[in-house]
Amino acid sequence: MVTTTGLELIEVTLLSLYVSGMATILGSAIGIPLGALIGLKEFGGKGAVKTITYTLYGFPPVLSGLFVYYIFSRTGPLGDFGILFTPTAMIIAETFLVIPLVAGITITSVVEVDKNIKETVRAMGASSKQTILTVMREAWVGLVMACMVGFGRVIAEVGAAYLVGGNIDGKTRVLTTAIMLETRTGNFEWAMALGAVLLSVALCVFLFLRLIQEREML
Amino acid sequence: MKPTIELRGVTRRYKDVVAVRDASLTAMPGEILGIVGPSGAGKSTLLRLVDLLEPPNEGELFIEGEAMEFSSPKAAGARRRIGMVLQRPVALNRSVRNNLAYSLRIRGADEEEILGKVDQELKRLGLAERSLKNAKTLSGGEMQRLCFARATIFDPDILLLDEFAANLDPSNVSLLENQLKSFISTGSNKTVMIVTHNLFQARRLCDKVALMWDGRVIEVADKDKFFQNPDDQRTAEFVKGEVVY
Repeated sequence: MVTTTGLELIEVTLLSLYVSGMATILGSAIGIPLGALIGLKEFGGKGAVKTITYTLYGFPPVLSGLFVYYIFSRTGPLGDFGILFTPTAMIIAETFLVIPLVAGITITSVVEVDKNIKETVRAMGASSKQTILTVMREAWVGLVMACMVGFGRVIAEVGAAYLVGGNIDGKTRVLTTAIMLETRTGNFEWAMALGAVLLSVALCVFLFLRLIQEREML
Repeated sequence: MKPTIELRGVTRRYKDVVAVRDASLTAMPGEILGIVGPSGAGKSTLLRLVDLLEPPNEGELFIEGEAMEFSSPKAAGARRRIGMVLQRPVALNRSVRNNLAYSLRIRGADEEEILGKVDQELKRLGLAERSLKNAKTLSGGEMQRLCFARATIFDPDILLLDEFAANLDPSNVSLLENQLKSFISTGSNKTVMIVTHNLFQARRLCDKVALMWDGRVIEVADKDKFFQNPDDQRTAEFVKGEVVY
């Protein structure tokens, strides 16, 4: 019988936080500027780019995992890096899931900023770059929401984490893959307990992000 | 003396609509030029063209004698010397203090200079005690005065005002006009363009007034001539209030 012990539970929880947190940070670091550019710049095919971004909200985690698996498998183009079945591979696969969500919500958030704000900032003499940064700051609530949604997706994700992580005990096992394992081996109580831990972790992270979101910008 | 602002045959179109047609106009250093005219005459568009917020389809714009090409580094430099208050100014979602500081920060001023100028301006506005409050909590009149201060705190050579005192009660209008007078008194070469619906305001504040009609500049004249003895029949009708707009 495979039962997660207390020490393992801490390890698995911390790894879950690390992988999901890093994927959210990386995905947001790419998705927020990308979404701001798509939302605020005028260019040909903008409608199509927005539609593709929104479509990728539904990008299946297992496909992202498959892609990363192929790239980093021994015969894959980046196989020499040897990062398959490591947390790094899990972070990369989950980052791909975060990017479209964060970019899409950022597009909506910056577009929704009062048009008069954009006009006012430009009229005050701001350059294009300064205008984009100011509008992004005005869209703060939406941008934090984008990060929250991104984190929400990856903390609960199992397909990509399992495929490229392999659920290796003490190395790549995270809460979701541990729940899957415990369920398969019939340890429903443990699986449920791990589920409760997962929700508690998510609660703490969302509480923290909500406090950031509601901070008055002075 | 070179004009501070010169428009030569400027036209601005939006698809089928011609907002400004073949407009030519000059504003000299130290001059306050009023732009009046019916709604939809192209006054605000003209101001936006001068602020290099949008490019003309035809014609040329000169700032301090230099031809401005939209989006060129020269135009970006010129924009840094222009202050503008829009028809519907809005505060940024930050403190009163940081709204004022924003104009200086985007111009690369150092923090010591920012601190000094912002404190001085806050005292002048009577907002020192509320400097750390979010600017969105200000009343309409306070907001308008904050936006005016934000456009002048960096001591621009050119100030463009688009209905800057519209929808305010007389006491706030008076406060804003005093703010304008105080700004002009800080330097002899400040050039101001004011778009206004209020002919009394144009008469009170401007040295020269231009009438815009259907996108065209119909007449530009010294204030006394414009109001008392204009050349164009449309100007005469407009200043007498015979134009319904």
